[in-house]
Amino acid sequence: MSGADREFEDRAPGVGPDQLRTGDRTYTAGLLLALLATMASFVVAQTNLLWPPGIAVGLVVLAIAQIGVHLVFFLHIGSGPDNTNNVLALAFGVLVVFLIIGGSIWILSNLNANMMPMADMPG
Amino acid sequence: MLGRLTWSAIPLNEPIPLVASAVVLTIIFGVLGIITIKGWWPYLWKEWLTSVDHKRIGVMYVFLALIMLLRGFSDAIMMRSQQALAIGDAQGYLPPEHYNQIFSAHGTIMIFFVAMPFVVGLMNFVAPLQIGARDVAFPVLNSVSFWLTAAGALLINLSLFIGNFARTGWMGYPPLSGLAFSPDVGVDYYLWSLQISGVGTIMAGINIVTTILKLRAPGMTYFRMPIFCWTALASSMLMIAAFPILAATFIIQILDRYLGMHFFTNDGGGNAMLYVNLFWAWGHPEVYILILPMFGVFSEVIATFSGKALFDYRSMVLAALAICVLSFMVWLHHFFTMGAGADVNAFFGIMSMIIAVPTGVKVFNWLFTLFHGKIVYEAPTMWAIGFMVTFVVGGMTGVLLAVPPIDFVVHNSVFLVAHFHNVIIGGVLFGAFAALNYWFPKAFGFTLDRRLGQATFWCWFIGFYLAFMPLYVLGLSGMTRRLQHIAHPEWRPLLLIAFLGVLVIFIGILCQIAQIVVSIRTRESRRDMNGDPWNGRTLEWATTSPPPPYNFAVLPEVQSVDAFWEMKQTGRTGVAAAYGPIEVPRNSATGFITAFFAVVMGFAAIWHIWWLALPALLAIVATAMIFGWRDDREREIPVAEIARLERARLNPRSAA
Amino acid sequence: MTADAIAEAPPTDFAPDIDWGGPAPTRTVAAYGFWIFLLSDIIMFSALFAAYAVLSGDTAGGPTGRDLFDLRNVFIETACLLFSSYACGLMALSAEAHHRGRFVLFAAVTLVLGAAFLFIEGSEFARNINDGAGPSRSAFLSAFFALVGMHGAHVGSGLVWLLYMVAQVVAKGFRPRVLRRLLCFSLFWHALDIVWVGVFTLVYLMGAR
Repeated sequence: MSGADREFEDRAPGVGPDQLRTGDRTYTAGLLLALLATMASFVVAQTNLLWPPGIAVGLVVLAIAQIGVHLVFFLHIGSGPDNTNNVLALAFGVLVVFLIIGGSIWILSNLNANMMPMADMPG
Repeated sequence: MLGRLTWSAIPLNEPIPLVASAVVLTIIFGVLGIITIKGWWPYLWKEWLTSVDHKRIGVMYVFLALIMLLRGFSDAIMMRSQQALAIGDAQGYLPPEHYNQIFSAHGTIMIFFVAMPFVVGLMNFVAPLQIGARDVAFPVLNSVSFWLTAAGALLINLSLFIGNFARTGWMGYPPLSGLAFSPDVGVDYYLWSLQISGVGTIMAGINIVTTILKLRAPGMTYFRMPIFCWTALASSMLMIAAFPILAATFIIQILDRYLGMHFFTNDGGGNAMLYVNLFWAWGHPEVYILILPMFGVFSEVIATFSGKALFDYRSMVLAALAICVLSFMVWLHHFFTMGAGADVNAFFGIMSMIIAVPTGVKVFNWLFTLFHGKIVYEAPTMWAIGFMVTFVVGGMTGVLLAVPPIDFVVHNSVFLVAHFHNVIIGGVLFGAFAALNYWFPKAFGFTLDRRLGQATFWCWFIGFYLAFMPLYVLGLSGMTRRLQHIAHPEWRPLLLIAFLGVLVIFIGILCQIAQIVVSIRTRESRRDMNGDPWNGRTLEWATTSPPPPYNFAVLPEVQSVDAFWEMKQTGRTGVAAAYGPIEVPRNSATGFITAFFAVVMGFAAIWHIWWLALPALLAIVATAMIFGWRDDREREIPVAEIARLERARLNPRSAA
Repeated sequence: MTADAIAEAPPTDFAPDIDWGGPAPTRTVAAYGFWIFLLSDIIMFSALFAAYAVLSGDTAGGPTGRDLFDLRNVFIETACLLFSSYACGLMALSAEAHHRGRFVLFAAVTLVLGAAFLFIEGSEFARNINDGAGPSRSAFLSAFFALVGMHGAHVGSGLVWLLYMVAQVVAKGFRPRVLRRLLCFSLFWHALDIVWVGVFTLVYLMGAR
């Protein structure tokens, strides 16, 4: 808009007019990768292909990978300087999500262990 | 037909709420009557109620906050007087079922309907002007945000005349706040009014963050932004991150109360501690949402009234961002005593002590800014100095409380009450009054009376110490919070001093009202002729007082931090070469109508009037859809009009 | 250096070679604002996830996840939502290309697949409630219904929004304002799929073990 020489212009997340040519290839690639991750998750959860004690970790890793696929291929969150605001906002959001979920699990399991000895007995 | 609403909901046989309701309703209908008789409705509707101008919306937010301050303060007077009277054999005048509603309403109103609206209104008014923008990113959303906050305020005040308020304290912990132990409408009033205003707050946060990140004037890189904008950005980021937690918590509490679910109940596997955990995961960032903009206010005030640039701008920015991130890592310190183990308590205790460090950095930077400055003792300066002393005391008691073994002794005593009032009054409220005196001339075109401003300050300052220092001592002596009756006659002297303090604060409030009334009466003698009454450093002072609807005829080209100061030094404050016509958004009734249906929906949900609640919700959706279909959203201000306003800006005396 | 010298030295620019040309275009502003709204919504979901994680073991003697979850249905739901997201992407490209016919086609596919998702989920809820495994049976079930139900409510609202957007395209064409809103809708729809990845992994797959 106004102002003389702009070094770069902030990109909005989401499809931009510059993606018309290659757009459907991006989405198709994203779809295939996401399908792969989904099927892998279901297989890992229901069989013993993965070392059983590691299944929870494996599922989380696959979920994070698939979320990453969505972010990159569907939401077009990139890594260039024009995407900095978008990535920073995402990073802050992810930090808060992990603090809330992880923090609550840690705190409540600690509290339950100390304060609710009946917690694991039928209600 | 009307759910569980019956005539008995009106407190005809309870003298205290009856008298309170009568007084409040008389005032409200009196005001509405005067407006009607004088024919001010068209003006109010066109210029204020449907305005989407951030300056108007900011003023309305602050106005709401100040009105609600009177309501919250009257609750405070009642509590202090009850505690001064009901000692030993005496029973005071407030039975427990009323007293419990009063302390619950006091906290809820002060946090959600005084502090939050003031902060949001302040950021709304100042931030776009400081970044050289024409308005916020989403002006209609801004109006909706304000009106939803007002809707929440209206709902909570309705509980005074129809039904009752919660008796659970402002935090609303289950199981007391659950259906089994609070089956009446009180907790529902609390939940719905806060849920509705919470939506408005999240939207306001989104608006301010987007505005500051995306709408800065040309040349205003991040490190040329005024420090107030940095703190506004940090506070708004916290709003966006924290309020959804509260929203989720209230949703599931509503599910427990309305659909018999078992999140927080004693039976069915519920876990009341989960509520406390989630509530404070919101609650701690909330206090930083309130204080960060006030840190920004003090930075601006101290720099301006020392005639110097803020000392070490960059560390101030880093401190604000550090506080922003750290505020999400300390929340357990609100419930050290709930029973977590030593490792959990130790972690959060250490984090709580660490978060004091960035604030300490800020205090030192303020002191270094004042050092060797040409200090001008206007009211904002006095509030700033009063803040530094008071907030440091409150912060120190906070670090004390951050130590779990100490907290085990004083948790939920009046020591805690003294601490948080110390930081909220010393920090947020003093900041609010400093901001009020500092930016009032920009908003209304004349400064506030100086002597009454000083009187207000001294009354609040002295009154605060009288009211709350005794509470530190009483807390260490074992007095718990929220007591309706005091069994220890030896506490009487300190409680009387505390009551005296509240009376001194009351005089301070009268002085504040007088300051505004007298200032309006004598405004011609204190006109702000050139828009820059304080020899300011930031861009808002480059406009007229009040600014035109479009703020800046030509967007300023920023070349350094303290942009306006730099423009004054290099002589770049004159008229632009040429103007183009400027598009500004048209007024919109969307906010007002949405809020109207939100009040109806909330009231209907509270009283279980299902046939009314659902249509009201649908009406809100329909309002959005109808507004979304509108094509004609902007109006153009013609060049001739802009030229006229700009000529008036540069030649104020000839235009007056 | 004296305090005065430190005080008066101008702050150095953080990144002096990057300037700021002025306010961003409306499309960027709208999309960024909507992006941070989505992040706030995800934080709201995370509080519900946290509640679920804490309460998932509190079954009060009632049915557990293993008793209730039918993973075949969950896989079909997941596929519906994923392909709906894909169709939404193609819909967005058609909108940018201003191709009304393809736009309506892909919008319809998005809508039908999203509705299929909701139908399967609604049937699952109804079946559970009928079998005495409703949300008031236990804390685990309350948390399950609230989390999954909240996601479903978002999907439902999204479908209503999509219908509204199709109406706007038909009535007004691909104006900038309409395109901005479609961009926001796409962000919303993809974000819902992201939340669903969390739901099917943490609730269904882990719960069924």
